[in-house]
Amino acid sequence: MFQGLFDWAWVVDNLGDIWADLAEHIVLTVVPVGLGFLMAFPMALASIRWPRLYSPLLGVAGILFSIPTLALFVVMIPFTGLSKATAIIPLTLYTLLILLRNTVEGLKGVPSHVREAAEAMGYTRTRQLFRIELPLAVPVIIAGLRIATVNTIAYVAITALIGQGGLGNLFMDGFLRQFPTPLIVGLVLSVTLAVAADLGLLGVQRVLTPWQRDPR
Amino acid sequence: MVEVVTSLVAWFADPINWQGPNGIPTRVLEHIYYSVLAIVLAVVIAQPVGIFIGHTVRGGAVAINFSNAARAVPTFGVILLTFLVAGIGLAPVLVALVVLAIPSMVTNTYAGFRAVDRDVRDSAEGMGMTGWQVVRRVEIPVAMPLIMAGVRISAVQIVATATFAAVVSLGGLGRYIIDGLAQRDLTQVLAGAVLVAALSLLTELGLSRLQRVVVSNGLQEESEEANLETRLEGRTG
Repeated sequence: MFQGLFDWAWVVDNLGDIWADLAEHIVLTVVPVGLGFLMAFPMALASIRWPRLYSPLLGVAGILFSIPTLALFVVMIPFTGLSKATAIIPLTLYTLLILLRNTVEGLKGVPSHVREAAEAMGYTRTRQLFRIELPLAVPVIIAGLRIATVNTIAYVAITALIGQGGLGNLFMDGFLRQFPTPLIVGLVLSVTLAVAADLGLLGVQRVLTPWQRDPR
Repeated sequence: MVEVVTSLVAWFADPINWQGPNGIPTRVLEHIYYSVLAIVLAVVIAQPVGIFIGHTVRGGAVAINFSNAARAVPTFGVILLTFLVAGIGLAPVLVALVVLAIPSMVTNTYAGFRAVDRDVRDSAEGMGMTGWQVVRRVEIPVAMPLIMAGVRISAVQIVATATFAAVVSLGGLGRYIIDGLAQRDLTQVLAGAVLVAALSLLTELGLSRLQRVVVSNGLQEESEEANLETRLEGRTG
């Protein structure tokens, strides 16, 4: 039964298509995570400035996050048809909860004596935010970006059901033709992409926070 | 927008959609049936593992790394693949749902056990409790907020993911979405989406009630924190 479960010849013949699906998968991950961060960041700053905003913002993001993925993609169809936006808008909304939470927690986690020292040195509020608080919050913010990215990579595949899909196209192809090879290729690439993105972001964090590296 | 809502209301008001094998009650029951089976199986498999590695701290790192990697596996693909390998039926869907629910239950139970204060554990032992008594009367109650958060997240996850059962020719609420997409019947698709969202919300509410009941009163605040943390990391579909 497992004989012929994996057909290398198919992979070689379809490298071009596989590559195109992978590229689309990357776009459908990077754009929502990027947009999500662009939205979550000002929301986080506002939540720090006006703490009463935080809990309602987090609540709304939480409700959005609890909508099943397929349901939210489908609900978008009347507004955006079967376009890229139908995939990108829900994927973006799903990242908000984690990105908002981690950015706020990261900024709040800056020790107060550090903040006071910066103030005493004559830093203005804006300069203090960008030169002191944000760099110190980088590990927590990147931890959020890692989770959001890995989650998004897993959700993108589902958009194959609404005409997008990235590597999800390989899933559908294998499924509809009862031919496991594309499905396995899609699963392996999807997991590899998630692991690579996760390690890549960890690398970015190490570059941005040189003071955290173990001294040797 | 208005048309969409009107046709959706009309769909829900149509008696035809409330009877027979494709009626809402049947589809809801099917959906609940798949979900409950998967949740019970996942609890039966995952909790003993989580409790064992949590209590003995054996294999903890391996289990946690494995669970984190499992988060990256797309549920959707796994269901389709199990279907191709094992054929039509409830078993392949159940296997996929259970396998994907196990990681967050194991990690949460393990994390709950690890968070038990060393002193508390030591004094329980000092009082002459056996290993099993420590597990049952000290570690499990103290770890309960995280254990329950794991169960709750996995359950909501399973309810949402059971939608894909329809892709591989089974029933459940996904039928409306998949059939609607195939028939270009947007109203039916949206009705399915609304029903799935409502059922996941009810699961979330029901289990948070349960969580409040089984978690000791002194730990309710920890329970709230555990929820958010787990929700963020426990989703795959």
